[in-house]
Amino acid sequence: MTTASRSNPYTKGSTTAQIILNVFFIAFSLACILPILLIVAISLTNEKALTLQGYKFWPDHIDASAYQYLFKHSETLVKAYGVSLTVTIIGTVLAVLLIALYAYPLYRKDFPFKKTFNFYLLITMLFSGGLVPFYLLYVNYLDLKDSLVALILPGLSNAFYIFITRTFFQQTIPEEMIESGKLDGASEWRIFFQLVLPISLPVLATIGLFTTLMYWNDWFNSMLFINDTDKFSLQYVMIQMIRQAEFFKTQLAGSGVALMVQESVPTESLRMAMVVLSIGPILFIYPFFQKYFTKGLTIGAIKG
Amino acid sequence: MANPAPQAMNTKLATQPQGRFGRLLHNIVRYRVLLLMLLPTSIIFFINCYIPMFGLFIAFKNINYIDGIMGSPWAGLDNFRFLFATSDALRVTINTVGYNVVFIISGLILSVSLAIAINEVRNKLASKFFQTVMIMPNFLSMVVVSFIVYAFLHPEYGFLVKHILPMFGYSSVNAYMHPNAWPYILWITKMWHSIGIGSVIYLAAITGISEELYEAAVMDGASKWQQITKITLPLLTPIMVILTILNMGGIFRSDFGLFYHVTLDSGALRSTTDVIDTYVYRGLIQLNDLGMSSAANFYQSVVGFFLVIGANALARKLNRDTALF
Repeated sequence: MTTASRSNPYTKGSTTAQIILNVFFIAFSLACILPILLIVAISLTNEKALTLQGYKFWPDHIDASAYQYLFKHSETLVKAYGVSLTVTIIGTVLAVLLIALYAYPLYRKDFPFKKTFNFYLLITMLFSGGLVPFYLLYVNYLDLKDSLVALILPGLSNAFYIFITRTFFQQTIPEEMIESGKLDGASEWRIFFQLVLPISLPVLATIGLFTTLMYWNDWFNSMLFINDTDKFSLQYVMIQMIRQAEFFKTQLAGSGVALMVQESVPTESLRMAMVVLSIGPILFIYPFFQKYFTKGLTIGAIKG
Repeated sequence: MANPAPQAMNTKLATQPQGRFGRLLHNIVRYRVLLLMLLPTSIIFFINCYIPMFGLFIAFKNINYIDGIMGSPWAGLDNFRFLFATSDALRVTINTVGYNVVFIISGLILSVSLAIAINEVRNKLASKFFQTVMIMPNFLSMVVVSFIVYAFLHPEYGFLVKHILPMFGYSSVNAYMHPNAWPYILWITKMWHSIGIGSVIYLAAITGISEELYEAAVMDGASKWQQITKITLPLLTPIMVILTILNMGGIFRSDFGLFYHVTLDSGALRSTTDVIDTYVYRGLIQLNDLGMSSAANFYQSVVGFFLVIGANALARKLNRDTALF
């Protein structure tokens, strides 16, 4: 976390107050983290113990059979991971590039159409056509049902991130730098890619991480546009699992494992194991988030 | 041209073409690369945002799939008449606005209080640790959150249902059948998911406050409480106002995942959990009732627009700098 809280040397609070504060925040932190650990605990509990004793924070015996099962019949899991990863990676790279490309001309003071394109973005923050026309456009006119494009394209129009990036440009890139680049005979593209982008790494990282998280956690577009089980994202598979316990068995049975019928499926722990596996990658990018995230949030870029 | 660079001005003056159209054409050619940079995103915004705006007219049509969207007959206000004739419209409006108002106000109070409190934690390492853990819930998707709530409320095995409620004499409670419990469950879930990250945003603003102000206050003998109420809070007010106003503008839209997934879309809970977004979604995807859902969609978009405009006007009135536009 970049925001270190300030301990003001001139105002020493009492030690008792410090103890109360710390105890409070320890309790609050536990409240934040324990519900997540409950999921982990359930995923590591034996199916029989679950049905007898209910969900507990501390299983009597650690039992990883849900994970073993998932890896043994991994077809659904691998496919879903594949879809989520593909969408996240392509989506994030495209989003960051397109956001920077749009933000740069808005930053250029000499660009005569600045106001027009600012306004073009601002309108989208004020007024939205809503779900129904958007859905009909994608399905009936663009024919994007069951297409991964329908999972990527909606995430590429975020006016807010463009404004954040533009403000970052305004605050960190001096006009003279662009001018001297031009005098040296560099083309606009070269100035953008070799001067502007490298300096803007902090804001691009922030936005990249936000976008990564958005794509990874997206389930809404899958719910709208995806019917083909081969294109189910991880989040969407989880939705199916919580709604219909049977989904998983039939999905896995469908993947050609005949033994399945006799074999008992650890349904309860299995679902939670799937959830744990979906959180995994987020934990992986979490440290990067902490580094950039407050900076990105407080860049003070709300004004259009 | 607002501010042409001096060098550019000198060389360009001679060749500056006359007339509005000529200047426009000249600028398009001169700035063709920058325009090209804007092009892809402009097209995407046109598809994702502008076409759907114009598509709002379908609320006035009686869509059937034989004639297609364009060819279907006009229905006048029929769709709206049907929508507002049911009790649904009122119910989802009250739910949407009610939840949002409560979420915005309680979220603001809790986030700011937490931010002020964590700023007073003297041990830097502990403070960092708390912040790290507090923002964790916000990184989980609402689908994952729905599993977490389910782990507590599962009618047979749920942690609360199996281990805690029996202590108070309740056995085998199926929360997913009790609509009256859900305003509380959803409130707790929403706060759990969002106040940590909210407080970190405010904390960032607090750390931006000049140290000297506090030093001067201490010189004058100000207590901790006075420092908070006389320095920290007043200086946080602008960001509090703008964030709240932005949220107020979105009061007709809700966190779809919270109301759809966390409730498991349980039919028994609709009276207290159905909001405009879930209503539109259900009409569109599950019931295939285009008339009703497009009318509700139109209602949401138009009222939402006026709310944003109104909220912004309010912000301008309070302080010119905090307004969005």
